[in-house]
Amino acid sequence: MKNLLRILLVFIFTLNTNNLSSAEKIEYLETDWSFKGLFGKFDRSALQRGYQVYTEVCSSCHSMKYLSYRNLAEKGGPEFSEEEAKAIAASFEVKDGPNADGDMFFRPGKLSDKFIMPYENVEAAKAANGGAYPPDMSVLIKARSGGADYIYSLLLGYEDPPIGVNLDDGVYYNKYMYGNQIKMSSPLTDGIVEYSDGTEASIQQMSKDVTTFLMWAAEPHLEARHQMGFKAIVYLIILTTLVYFSMKKIWSRIETEV
Amino acid sequence: MSDHEYTPKSKAGKWFNDRLPLLTLANHLTDYPTPKNLNYWWTFGGILTFCLITQIITGLTLAMHYIAHADMAFDSVEHIMRDVNYGWLIRYIHANGASMFFLAVYIHIFRSLFYGSYKAPREIIWIIGIVIYLLMMAAAFMGYVLPWGQMSFWGATVITNLFSAIPLVGEGIVTWLWGGYSVDNPTLTRFFTLHYLIPFLILGLVVLHIWALHVPGNNNPIGIDVKKPSKDTVPFHPYIVIKDGFALLMFMIVFAFFVFYTPNILGHADNYIEANPLVTPAHIVPEWYLLPFYAILRSVPDKLLGVIAMLSAIFILAALPWLDTSKIRSAVFRPLYKQFYWILVADVLVLGYMGAMPAEGLYLLIARVATAYYFLHFLVILPVLGFKEKTLPIPLSITEPVLGGTPNLAAAKNKESFKA
Repeated sequence: MKNLLRILLVFIFTLNTNNLSSAEKIEYLETDWSFKGLFGKFDRSALQRGYQVYTEVCSSCHSMKYLSYRNLAEKGGPEFSEEEAKAIAASFEVKDGPNADGDMFFRPGKLSDKFIMPYENVEAAKAANGGAYPPDMSVLIKARSGGADYIYSLLLGYEDPPIGVNLDDGVYYNKYMYGNQIKMSSPLTDGIVEYSDGTEASIQQMSKDVTTFLMWAAEPHLEARHQMGFKAIVYLIILTTLVYFSMKKIWSRIETEV
Repeated sequence: MSDHEYTPKSKAGKWFNDRLPLLTLANHLTDYPTPKNLNYWWTFGGILTFCLITQIITGLTLAMHYIAHADMAFDSVEHIMRDVNYGWLIRYIHANGASMFFLAVYIHIFRSLFYGSYKAPREIIWIIGIVIYLLMMAAAFMGYVLPWGQMSFWGATVITNLFSAIPLVGEGIVTWLWGGYSVDNPTLTRFFTLHYLIPFLILGLVVLHIWALHVPGNNNPIGIDVKKPSKDTVPFHPYIVIKDGFALLMFMIVFAFFVFYTPNILGHADNYIEANPLVTPAHIVPEWYLLPFYAILRSVPDKLLGVIAMLSAIFILAALPWLDTSKIRSAVFRPLYKQFYWILVADVLVLGYMGAMPAEGLYLLIARVATAYYFLHFLVILPVLGFKEKTLPIPLSITEPVLGGTPNLAAAKNKESFKA
């Protein structure tokens, strides 16, 4: 019967792989993410560079409505100093109000402000982008199967359409995009930002940095989670071992084995 | 129940106990004679109690921060994940806890199927268990709707639409369930209310489930009645408590791994996209624990019959004590049933897999065969098997060997026999 079960499992497995191959499953590009694994942490400088790419490139269309400027200085994130984060916040004009006269007004951003939105509303965003809504990037990594690998691949996946594929105006070919057609033109070009730490701003480098930043944006407590997880599991293993031997001792009073 | 009368030692204890016999209850629970040959498959009852308590505690905490409103639910979940102290931990425990709960309940149910725990005199325990399982599915489904992501919204739409299959009144019922003409804010608020209510119903039923269990006492791997208390039993405390505790800790290690290292692997990426009634996801898939029933639903071409088939697949379990005509409980002594048992396990796994695949071509065909087999198992194989099967001799007690043979205890207790 075990054998039958095994055969079935193998059958399911092969069916699965067949299905994937028939659907032309694309292998995503891989890179050495620092945040993967049991002890995975973010690379601070990658986060800071990634923030720069986001602000200077992505943020002109993509919002990040769940992030606040204070997050930039928090532990486990890009960890800008508080002064730096304040300066970053102050560099944005935030709409506030109404004031005593009932008017809305603009003031420099504060740490407690949310990241400013590129458009007033979804309709304005669509109107400015040929009918396509640039998705909010706060949880984007978690909202796409494939996660960080997918976003990284997508940024590097622009190429000329294969012969026979005709694209409408404002539609671009990307080999990692679902359906291969994307309404965002390739956002990155070599040197589009100038890194202050002297890192060469190649497309690969920027893609990796901004994807790391997006991963942090989606999972701001990832480092705390990994650290706590390791402690919790070690604790549980020690406790389990102790309980195991207590159990053996208690059950040794009767002839039955546990 | 315990055979001996219990009297508290202290005078105050006696005074209290005469008025409310809580101490008698506590004494019963500690002394409760339990078959000493229970294997680790029997530890899942305790594990399930742990799961329920965990879901209730984390759920209460989440409810303090969650906002049940179509415009704010998604935002409030992100608020929990980002700004509430350890909110990410509580939410990930709650979300993965649901999956762990179902993992444990499936092991618990299939243990019962293998060892015939549903048979006389334990039918009521079994039926209460099925009701708990049904409520668990309802609670889990409604809980999945609360974050108001794309899968929440479209899953709710698909499942509530099933009721429209009911002739004449179907459409009216769906409108009534929704509280409007589509899944919207009224649907969300009522789902939240019910999601909050159901766990406490489950808690009450769990008490009844355990109460009903304590009348005949536990079944055991060789499935014979044991004299209680006797050489065949051990007191619940400390023997079973420590063993359940050990198993629970092992379970918690697996649980912790999911929570801390792959918290989103059992969910669907689309549920991190806020609900949008204008955009339908490419594939609407329920959570993994509902997939076998989803496969049954889709394998019937007619909508109404599909719904009936899906519900029958669950309710047929309630009739199991009468469908299984064999007097022998444990599959250890039922060589044929043991084989059909494993085929059923494989069948349910296949159904689960097909539920995740698109309902077309080969997948649909396999799902149909598996659905047919599922019903065949319960409606034909089990009743017939009870009369046809030549069972092995069963031992007289857990400690005593079979008449005229070598002790069969080793075979009964050995985990190999469960897997064989």
